[in-house]
Amino acid sequence: MSRQEILEELKTVLAPYTMDKQVLSNMTDDTEFIRDLKINSANLIDIIIDAEDKYDIEIDADSAEKIHNAGSCIDVIMDKMKEKI
Amino acid sequence: MSRRIVITGMGVVAPNGVGIPAFLNAIQHGVSGLKFIPLYKDLHFNCQVCGVPDFDFTHLKDYLTEVTFHGLKGSTIGYAIKAAADAWIDAGNTLYDGKIHWETGCVFGNSVADTEAMKRIISLVDARQSRKLGSRMVEQMMNSGSTAYITGLLGLGNRIITNSSACATGSQAVLMGYEYIKHGMAKRMLVGSNEYIDNYIFGAFDAMRILSRKFNQTPEKASRPMSASAGGFVPGSGAGALVLEDLDFALARNATIYAEVLGGATNSGAQQGNGSMTSPNAEGVVHCITDAIKNAAIEPDDIDLISGHLTATIADKMEIENWSAALDRKGTDFPMTNSLKSMIGHCLSAAGSIEIVGVVLQLMHQFVHPNINLEDPNPEITGIADLHCFPTKKLDKNLNIVAKANFGFGDVNACVLFSKYKR
Repeated sequence: MSRQEILEELKTVLAPYTMDKQVLSNMTDDTEFIRDLKINSANLIDIIIDAEDKYDIEIDADSAEKIHNAGSCIDVIMDKMKEKI
Repeated sequence: MSRRIVITGMGVVAPNGVGIPAFLNAIQHGVSGLKFIPLYKDLHFNCQVCGVPDFDFTHLKDYLTEVTFHGLKGSTIGYAIKAAADAWIDAGNTLYDGKIHWETGCVFGNSVADTEAMKRIISLVDARQSRKLGSRMVEQMMNSGSTAYITGLLGLGNRIITNSSACATGSQAVLMGYEYIKHGMAKRMLVGSNEYIDNYIFGAFDAMRILSRKFNQTPEKASRPMSASAGGFVPGSGAGALVLEDLDFALARNATIYAEVLGGATNSGAQQGNGSMTSPNAEGVVHCITDAIKNAAIEPDDIDLISGHLTATIADKMEIENWSAALDRKGTDFPMTNSLKSMIGHCLSAAGSIEIVGVVLQLMHQFVHPNINLEDPNPEITGIADLHCFPTKKLDKNLNIVAKANFGFGDVNACVLFSKYKR
């Protein structure tokens, strides 16, 4: 699965957590979850749980701490999917 | 203190009507909101009927942002949001006005926090999957969860309080809101209470053998306050909310005024005398009613209608005795009296606020709602107050002052007096 495909899928995962739909639809690797998408920091954990369900992976606490924007989120998801194989 | 406090907005989620128009129509026509619950039969409960509001959880999307709605699981919080937001809008306000209303506070009560949230937490923790709970469970399991959702949605910036005193919770919340405005601490208070009866709460009450069990086949007949065949109460779920407001503040913003809060009292019989954890000490009840009348600066003879606690247990007779002693009125001189519980059952914490919404509607529209199911009045009750005091059909009547009381486990009493608004 390519980075671009995961980025597109992430938009669906993130949709219920942001009111800034315009920023979401133009999301790139550099889009910050809290600063740009105005996501409540408490909800980051919910996004991680949703991503775990979507990709059937487990994101440990240390990896979760690395996630702050779309790029870092995709990095972690791709790492965990590789580990699974 | 010369401040007058008025009611300018209302919202309700009741077993026989969601929203004010539906609820008004139901209480005018004596519509029951009680239903047979097949699951309660499977669970071997003695009582298998319950008051359940016809509530569509997805309608909360009309009030909440997508982000807030996503992850909200609890019905009890949902009921509270619906009732409170409707009351706020009814009072002429708008949601998402971008303001912090520093002059407006909130007292909203419940008897238990959201049990759907608690059940989810217990299940996932016991299955060693607590990490799947996410970030939204704590805000829904905390006792102040409903209050927190309401005040964030409405932007309320004054004192924010979650009260709890079992079945006296709703009346007590209204009284507390009244007192804060009366004492100049707030200009407006959003007040009310909510209750969601799930299987577990219902089961615990059922185990006490205090619920109606002989009318499972005819649920609309199951709640029979003041009747000889009253064999226990029927639990119900819902929420009621009111906007209380300093009269001058309401006039200045051209608010529509529904009724006036004259005053009230809340106390405890201390579980002494003939009182206990589950039954009020008569001395405390009489004190509470007497103090409420004094606080409202009215005379006992001024009371046109009693909206009783009257749950359909053996306590009904004691309650009528207590009112009679406190007011020194009996026979044909006893005030008109009704119990909304005949239609909606006993909504526990939510009872007071839903019943107060009913009181205000009766004052606004000048009627006494019927006591349904009062086919066989308890002779011990009609020995105290004349049978005509308990109408079984809607009665059009000039109402000026209505007394409302609720009595809760823990021997907590609350009595509030309301009047038609006069300039």
